[in-house]
Amino acid sequence: MHVPDGFFDAPTSAATAVVAASAIGTSLYLARRRELDDRTAPLAGLVAAFVFATQMLNFPVAGGTSGHLMGGALAAVLVGPATAILCLSVVFLVQALLFADGGITALGTNILLMGVVTVLVGYGVFRVLQAVLPKRASLVPLLAGLGALVSVPAAALVFVGLFEVGGTVDVPLGTLASAMLGVHVLIGIGEAVITAAAVAAILKVRPDLVHGARRLPTATPLVVRTSPVATPAAPAAPTGGEA
Amino acid sequence: MGAGHGHRLHFHGHSALHRAAAHHKVLALLGFMLVVVATPRGWWWAYLAEGVLLGGVVLASRVPLGFLARRMVVETPVLVFAALLPLIAHGERVDVLGLSLSRSGLEGAALLLVKATFGVVAGLTLAATTEPQALLAGLARLRLPHQLVQIAAFMVRYLDVVTDEMRRMRVAREARGFTARDPRHWGVLARSVGALFIRSYERGERVHLAMLARGYDGRIPLDLDRPQAPAVAPRGHGHAHGHAHEHAAAPVPALLTAPAEHA
Repeated sequence: MHVPDGFFDAPTSAATAVVAASAIGTSLYLARRRELDDRTAPLAGLVAAFVFATQMLNFPVAGGTSGHLMGGALAAVLVGPATAILCLSVVFLVQALLFADGGITALGTNILLMGVVTVLVGYGVFRVLQAVLPKRASLVPLLAGLGALVSVPAAALVFVGLFEVGGTVDVPLGTLASAMLGVHVLIGIGEAVITAAAVAAILKVRPDLVHGARRLPTATPLVVRTSPVATPAAPAAPTGGEA
Repeated sequence: MGAGHGHRLHFHGHSALHRAAAHHKVLALLGFMLVVVATPRGWWWAYLAEGVLLGGVVLASRVPLGFLARRMVVETPVLVFAALLPLIAHGERVDVLGLSLSRSGLEGAALLLVKATFGVVAGLTLAATTEPQALLAGLARLRLPHQLVQIAAFMVRYLDVVTDEMRRMRVAREARGFTARDPRHWGVLARSVGALFIRSYERGERVHLAMLARGYDGRIPLDLDRPQAPAVAPRGHGHAHGHAHEHAAAPVPALLTAPAEHA
């Protein structure tokens, strides 16, 4: 759910906006330098449209309820953390201004919670695991899933922390934390399974597009195979091509 | 669905609010909501004044109230959360219909509802009276980083193309007799997500190459003096310079309103 207007008090909203803005500024610099160079705008724009579309895709859970992907960890593993933060920030900006989804004063909070935190935590877990585990491309989907699994409850915890500091209602911290964590661990499991399966599907088709698998050997070497049947001794007399 | 028909939330009209500059409207929305969020609890007359002001703006926009009301479903999760607050909040308890509720929770929930509703109504009014491309030009005018505006411009431009691609994939799945009903079907949906990513990314690569061929150098000149630029760049003299020059010089609004190329 997007944080609406009036959920956090004005100082908290302003502070999160400043943090989100500095994260976006850093990402703009890094995305241009390290990830996408002059392709940043068109590619990040298309990836943002992709994230928006996947957030519309509903995954059935049980008893008629369904959830959708948040996509922070998925985007980070696919296009790199800086580009992912840019894409998710633009998604929240467009959702707030063109869809009235998430309050405009809570835009910084939404970007910080569901963009910056999910991307940084998801990608951080992914990279740490990648550093300690054997470097194999077949592990990338699993690690991406684990990153997604941790990223969702982490965002929920940051939300609880913010609510303690700048929430507008006095709710016992323990109750809120356990309720949010319980729900978001479940959501995280769904996010993890779908992220892992999606990354696996992309790795099979275009391994070069998965940023998290860049430095790993993904392609099997090309083997030229010949068979005696397919190599006739001498070509027959030309019979006129088309005929 | 094609480009150039405005947005799903956009309501075509000619009111003063429709004509107002987008950057003024965004600033007004931000300022109004900051005041609403900062209004202390208990200042009921202030909330009343804010509500009257907002109602006046909505009426002045001449957007039908039913149009706005149907789009207020985005507020549903907030309603659920607000309903839970009186049950879990601290403080003095009051009995309402046999339920022991927290007084501060009740007040907090009421305030949250008022503020969130103001936010949704004000946001919907902005979306209903502002064309997406005018909004982007307004954001550029508000000194949002050029790269961010460009990313948003490409996202808005290809949003319908990408969501339509996803819809076609769903139709294709259903044509083969598949409907996702429980978590065992997640694998299929996840593979669709993967395919959608590859298609989106490859489309981005083709768009980038097509733009390079037309002289793109990483910047799109923003013609802020003509936010209502014509969808088709005027030919005439420009014709002699060829297509590449025209596209390179096209302002963002023209880029946005031109029919989406199925690159």
